[in-house]
Amino acid sequence: MATIRQQVLTLYLSTSALDSRVLGWSMYDGTGNQAHTTGDSDTPPYETGLDALRDGWRLLQLPVLIPPYPGEEYSTSFMKYGFVFEKLEDTGA
Amino acid sequence: MIDKQHLLNSQQMAEFVARGFLRFDELVPAEINEAVMRDIDRQAIKGAPAGTPLSQCYAGTALRHMLDLPEVQGLIQSLVGEDPLFDHDAIHVREPNEGKAQGLHADSIIDLRTHFDIQLMYFPHDVPLEMGGTLLLPGSHFRRVNEMDVAAYQNMRGQIAMVCKAGTLLALHHGIWHCGRQNKTDRRRYMFKLRLNPAVRQLRLWNTQDLEPGYQSQREIYTRNARDGGVQDILSRREPWFEAASGRLEIVNRIKLWRFLTGDNEFDVHYWLGRLENKPA
Repeated sequence: MATIRQQVLTLYLSTSALDSRVLGWSMYDGTGNQAHTTGDSDTPPYETGLDALRDGWRLLQLPVLIPPYPGEEYSTSFMKYGFVFEKLEDTGA
Repeated sequence: MIDKQHLLNSQQMAEFVARGFLRFDELVPAEINEAVMRDIDRQAIKGAPAGTPLSQCYAGTALRHMLDLPEVQGLIQSLVGEDPLFDHDAIHVREPNEGKAQGLHADSIIDLRTHFDIQLMYFPHDVPLEMGGTLLLPGSHFRRVNEMDVAAYQNMRGQIAMVCKAGTLLALHHGIWHCGRQNKTDRRRYMFKLRLNPAVRQLRLWNTQDLEPGYQSQREIYTRNARDGGVQDILSRREPWFEAASGRLEIVNRIKLWRFLTGDNEFDVHYWLGRLENKPA
């Protein structure tokens, strides 16, 4: 039975640049070793997205840049720059 | 009519416009907090049909005593008028030793109004950090999202966990992102929430006597000496989680709400709207 499990980290950055500052973060741990939930930390795991790469996280998804919809140029909604990373952990023993 | 001394001042209103909430620590006296806790335990708190004038709600109860405090009347009147409409109430409970927190969300559904409802959050007992406290994200109230759409965001810079003493009140703009944090104690946590709708146009309802002539005058842009605690200063402060570009739009959102609340359609901050409105014929 496969013992590889995925950890997923999403970093919400200040701009579309991967080396910009982390503003928000979420993590889900498929190994079951850590349980993350809303409001469990005031300190981001990395200062920038690039720092996560340097620590071994693999980039899975970049935010797509979409022009504002006509009439919605000044409205704000979701965080625009969510970068998704993964690590694969072998839980086998 | 409440005495003007109990109304909010312009700095407080600017804080509300900028950050979407005002916090009043230990505002409610202990005897009312204890009476409300007894009513919660007895399941004796009864709301009213949506749209009922608030003055007709909770007659003879400890909650009525809380709402009748001059400071509470003053903040309600400043934000949504003297006798707003009861929307709904809820006793929010976080059970002991929960496995996880509630997901981040904005209440109700996506709401495009400039008019706003307020939600009073009343903490009738002490809330230490390990008990969680409501989490709120300052400055999130203008973001157009639909309820739990934002539950994927676990943590944001600048988020506030409501750690407070009994009798603390929050007054929230309806759009604020928030959630119930995980309760890691062996005690239940309670928070009483009351949503109120304005019944009058929200125009200069607070004590505006402190708005000095010229407070709204355009200032030089990019000066570092503008941190004077005035309305323009408060409305220009970025939250730690604002993106570089969208953070500018949030200031525009604040300008628009301040214009709505004051009736001053030329008010500006850092020339963000004045520049766009300059269209010589």
